[in-house]
Order: sequence, then C-alpha cells, then structure tokens
Amino acid sequence: MAEIKKTRIEVTDGTLIPGKGEHSVFSAWRIAFFGAIALIIILPVMKPDPYFEILKFIPDGVLATFKVTVLSILLSTLIGLLAGLGRISRITLINRIATVYVEVVRGIPLLVQLFYIYYALGKLVQVPRLTSAVIAMAFCYGAYMGEIFRAGILSIPKGQMEAALALGLTRGQAMRRVILPQTIKVILPPIGNEFIALLKDSSLVSILAVSDLLRRGREYASTSFMYFESYTMVALVYLIITLFLSRIVAIMEERLGRNEK
Amino acid sequence: MKSSDKPIVRINKVTKNFGTVEALRNVSLDVNPGEVVLIIGPSGSGKSTLLRSVNKLENLTSGEIWIDDDLLTHNQSDIRKIREEVGMVFQNFNLFSHLTALENITLAPMVVKKIGKDQAVKIAEDLLARVGLSERAGNYPDQLSGGQQQRVAIARALAMNPKVMLFDEPTSALDPEMIKEVLDVMLQLAKDGMTMLVVSHEMGFARAAADTVVFMDEGEIIEKGTPDEIFDNPREERTKKFLKHIL
Repeated sequence: MAEIKKTRIEVTDGTLIPGKGEHSVFSAWRIAFFGAIALIIILPVMKPDPYFEILKFIPDGVLATFKVTVLSILLSTLIGLLAGLGRISRITLINRIATVYVEVVRGIPLLVQLFYIYYALGKLVQVPRLTSAVIAMAFCYGAYMGEIFRAGILSIPKGQMEAALALGLTRGQAMRRVILPQTIKVILPPIGNEFIALLKDSSLVSILAVSDLLRRGREYASTSFMYFESYTMVALVYLIITLFLSRIVAIMEERLGRNEK
Repeated sequence: MKSSDKPIVRINKVTKNFGTVEALRNVSLDVNPGEVVLIIGPSGSGKSTLLRSVNKLENLTSGEIWIDDDLLTHNQSDIRKIREEVGMVFQNFNLFSHLTALENITLAPMVVKKIGKDQAVKIAEDLLARVGLSERAGNYPDQLSGGQQQRVAIARALAMNPKVMLFDEPTSALDPEMIKEVLDVMLQLAKDGMTMLVVSHEMGFARAAADTVVFMDEGEIIEKGTPDEIFDNPREERTKKFLKHIL
C-alpha cells in the first residue's frame, strides 16, 4: 500500500464495492447475492439432512463472528484514527511511535499476530478468549486503518486548514471541526473495504478456540464427517454477509456524496 | 489611548527566506486604522507572502510585525489572539466544503469565541444579508458560484469582528462577470471604515477605494504612494514597466 494522494482512495483487499453504474438486473453483485440466497434456501429444502441440520447448528457461530467483527471494527477505527494522526504529527516522538507501530504490524502475518498476542496476553492477564481475539484483530487492523486515515487527511486541500487557522481555531479544533469531517467522506470506501476484509479475517479467530462461524462449521463436520456439506453452508453464509455489507457501504458512500452536489 | 493616526499594523524590517530564495527583503510598512492599502507587483514579488505573514500563516526569518500594539511572536496563544483580530480572504475562497454557507460563518464565533448558537446564527444572518446572500444560507459551497463563495468567505472573516482584513487576490480565481459582486462588497467595507490590506490588480477598486498603493518587486517595496501618484506618475522605472503590462 503505497502513499496515495487522490481524493478517492481504493484499498482493495476487501470485496468488490459495486460501481454506481451497476444497476442492471444481472449485475455481478445480484448474481452472486441472490444465487447464494437461492442455494441456502434450496439446499436445506431439497436435502434437509444434512443441510438443514447444519443451518440449525451454525447461528451461534454467526453471532460470535458478528461480535468479534463489530468489536474489532470499533476498536481498530479508534486505534487507526490515533495512528493516522500520529503518522502526520509534527512531534517527532509521536510520529516515530506511530510509524514503527504501522511498520511492525504490517510486517507480520495476521495469523501469527493472533497467536502471538493471544498467548502473550495469556501470560500477563487472564482475559476471555473473545476479548484477546478482538484485541489482536484490532491491533493489526488499526495499522491498516491508520494508513487510510493518514491518506484521507492528507487528501484534504491545504487551504481548509489555513482558513480554519486564519479564523483563530487551534490546530486541534481545526482538525476536529474542519478536516476530519471531510476526511470521513473520502475514506469511507476504503474503510468499508477494511470492514469487510476484517469480517472475513475474523474466521482466523476460530483457531483461538472462539466459536465463530467457521469453527461451528468445523465442529459439525468433525462429528458428522460431512465436510463438503458443512463448508458449503459456511461459505454461503460468509458470502451473503459480505455481499450485503458491501452494498451497505456503497449506499452510505452515495448518501455522503450527495450533500456536496 | 489609541489615536487614529497611530498605525494598527506595523511591519518592521521583515525578511522571509524559502530555502535560498529571499521572498521578502527588509520590508517595512505601516497601515493606519481605516486605511486601505493595495499591494501590486509581478508574480513572485512577495506580495502574498507579506500578506500571509501578517496573520502568521508564514513564519518570518527576521523582523517583526505588530498588530495594534501586540507583537507577533512564536507564542501559539498570542498568534491565535492576533488571528482573531485579523480576517483573511483567500484567492480560492477555502470555504469549508462540509458546511453550509451559514455554518461556515458560525463555526469560528462558536468554537473560538464560545458564542451561543442562537447569537452566532443571528450574526451570520446579518452578515449574509450584508453581502446579499440571505437566501443562500442553507447552500453548501459546491452549490454556490465563485463570486457567491467569495462573498460568503468575506462574511465568514467578518463574523470574528476583525480590526484588519487581508485579501489575497480575492478576485483572480473568478470569472469576469463575478468580479464586480465581490469588489462591490469590498468597496462597501472600505467605505464603512475597515482597515484593509489587499493584494490585487483591480485598478477600478484601487482608484475607488485605495488610500495607498504599494508596488513590490523581488521581495522589496519599490514604491509607495496614492493611487494617482503610482498609476499616473510612477517615479521608478520598474513600476512604469510593470504598469505598462497590466494597464
């Protein structure tokens, strides 16, 4: 992820965000989304055993996946905001701390970080599995979010800060009242992408004994030996959720863009 | 305490370097209360830098600037105090694009002066009426023409009730048919007795409103006088040459 200085920033390791023009009946999004929904309805109806059984077994996992994802998103956005501000800070110490954090985190695979933080935390304090999973996810994603915040803040024209300073606002006030509100519009698409990527990566926490969607599927498979069927349903549920979220991101983007026009 | 002939802005032997480039060389200039000073000169002559130094958007290499007995130092709180008293209008308007015209004007009084919302809105409505844009209060900058944006920007600066107004080429980003509406607002402001420092090449405005015209070239003040003196009888060769280009 190099330094991007455009008003519209695309950081794409999440799902495809539908283009505004994609409103035809057979858009890629519709084919994938409604195809997945059709399958998840038809399969259990045609073959209740095992598909309906699997469907009944995994809702707990969906709930855990949502919990991990939503909490990680909230925490990583907060960390990202701080890291982004730190990266553009003119105070050398703060700048270095933020930059080293971003460099270190981005240089270690998420799975390794999850293991590491999980067991490192375990040595220090006794925290619930879900909590340490969320902390590990947020710590990692905060670095990526930080780079998005940084690029977004830098994409706001310099004149906006100057005008705010000329009116007597402090740098902090100008950042809060003028720069960040405009930044949010710019970074919404890449942040939305990160959210979706985070949801998918949350499946990694299944190795930390968190009973998320993937783990529930695996539990069912290992008792029934129906591996193909179990993972088919797991994949379909993930697909429906991420496609649904990507549509929400697109709608939010359109809404936010409107009041400027 | 303050007599009217005591300068409100005192620029004293100011020098500004950008790396090895000398943008300002030993510039001194006094501006009296109510005076309208027009700064002209070729691009790169340092006129914008001088203007931006007056509210500390540029740091000086040496020299000092006094605003109404307050020395512009490096102290952050002093700089903010000065900025509250010095309004600035930019070439590219720089309206806050996420706020409506009205919110652009109310922001600084509410955040900086801690004025209540009702009172800030009232001030903003009065100012919008003054620049002839009452019906545009709810519009975002993108929905306004360049001339309208610049008039809102003037109103935004006036909302802080400044003692001095700085105009950095306020009409050079505008289409010709919009220049007049902005100049009219500035003319009215000058008539109302506002102290103004204006970087502009609008000769009509200069003749109608300026008390003093300053010609700058290569970071120095070459010549200074009334509009008639500078435009009709320039003494310096460089002034004559420049005026031939723009008149």
